Amino acid sequence: MKDFLKPHRIVLILLAAALVAWCALSLNWTWLANPKYQLLIVQGIWRTIWIVVVTMVIGMVLAVPIGLAQAAGPWYVSAPARVFCTVIRGTPLLMQIWLLYYGLGSLFPSIPWIKQSDLWPYLRQAWPYAVVALSLSVAGYEGEVMRGAFKGVPHGQLEAAKAMGMPPFTLLRRIWLPQALQRVLPTLGGETVSQLKSTPLVSTITIMEIYAVTGRIRQDTFIIYEPLLLLAVVYMGLTGLIVLLFRWLEGRRPTRTA
Amino acid sequence: MSTGEAIAAASALDLLALSPPGWGATLLAGLGNSVIIALGAYGLGFAIGLCGAFGKLYGGPITKDLLAVYTTIVRAVPELVLILILFYAFTGLLNQTLLSWGMERVQISPIITGIVVLGVVQGAYQTEVLRGGILAVPAGQIEAARAMGMPSVTLARRITIPLMTANALPGMANLWLNATKDTALLAVIGFSELTKATYQASATTKAFFVFYPAAMALYLLISLTSTFLIGRLEKWARRGQRDVRGQ
Repeated sequence: MKDFLKPHRIVLILLAAALVAWCALSLNWTWLANPKYQLLIVQGIWRTIWIVVVTMVIGMVLAVPIGLAQAAGPWYVSAPARVFCTVIRGTPLLMQIWLLYYGLGSLFPSIPWIKQSDLWPYLRQAWPYAVVALSLSVAGYEGEVMRGAFKGVPHGQLEAAKAMGMPPFTLLRRIWLPQALQRVLPTLGGETVSQLKSTPLVSTITIMEIYAVTGRIRQDTFIIYEPLLLLAVVYMGLTGLIVLLFRWLEGRRPTRTA
Repeated sequence: MSTGEAIAAASALDLLALSPPGWGATLLAGLGNSVIIALGAYGLGFAIGLCGAFGKLYGGPITKDLLAVYTTIVRAVPELVLILILFYAFTGLLNQTLLSWGMERVQISPIITGIVVLGVVQGAYQTEVLRGGILAVPAGQIEAARAMGMPSVTLARRITIPLMTANALPGMANLWLNATKDTALLAVIGFSELTKATYQASATTKAFFVFYPAAMALYLLISLTSTFLIGRLEKWARRGQRDVRGQ
């Protein structure tokens, strides 16, 4: 603490506090008192968190077979997986979201059996497209990371398991996958922050997460800067939460550093 | 190929034709804008990043703290939000200063705004990558140059920067690919780069599965050629270095 509070830093902190105080006092925050906007903001933050959690989970579940296919699969499995990763990582996420939402969204109504299926009420909404697009994005990026993780597990581990006569699936479940996942965990926090920073893109397909909510407030009230400042603070807070969460998770796992 | 498929293929080619009923020219103009913005933003980001990296390592305590605040905030807030904030702040501040100097309001060209905004974002990430690159330069090299009395600018130009190039290249390559993809975010503030052009073309013609794959192929073309060229560049930067495997 004493290291942190050097004289120049105290001055900088005071300056920052003055800046915050100026923002709080001289900018227009009256819209925050409106219960309608309060509800929208809370709902928006909740939706953002929901999207991050759901797409990270689905994406990681998809990333395991994609990484495994690239690390150990025969060419007819590894080639499609590699193409998938290249396309996802080589094109903008915004474009993928729009392709799914506008492209598939215009294709589905012209196919009779989809229109009659039970899924149709969901397919008419925007969120399935957002979840699919963001999950595929995670799968593409993490598939590449998982490939490296699978390859990084020491060969001796796998050979020992084989020598003990372990069937391939048990080997994957008990030896290969747990060690690969352990290698990925430190990078997963950063990937989750990236995913959080991708979520505002789904506001372009009418999903009312926190970015879209502030956009609507700005349209309603003609206030330009203040909602954007609130937005930046919300994202910084969420980023901090994710960083703390993963630090805690990593701390729970005993590690042995050589 | 059945006749129906043949007609579909022919109409897809018509839609992508360069002359007006086709949208090929619009897409290519969008691609041109995307590339110009990516190059400009990357260049600006490199200037900021290089100053930032040296500032973070060798600057005074205040410079260090301010740079830490800059990189932390920019990397914690989504690019889209930063683009909006900087877009309004940049044009607003510029016009305010111009008005206070008694000059006319100006409409800044969207390309310049895009370059400045994405450049500030790139600068934060490049600061970190270049800082890591400098840290990986063996300390003895820099100390030897200092001991010989080399002035700090010459030291940076002749020792640190050539030696850090190989270390920083992989990270810088990733950031270049990010820069090309981040240009798509400018579509949201209504700037006509490749993604926006694709959106307009497909919204008008309803041929979503012609224009989106075509535009994705263009983005892939950029990233694959970049990856290839950067691979060559890294080989060049690592010339004379021993292979890690000792070969």
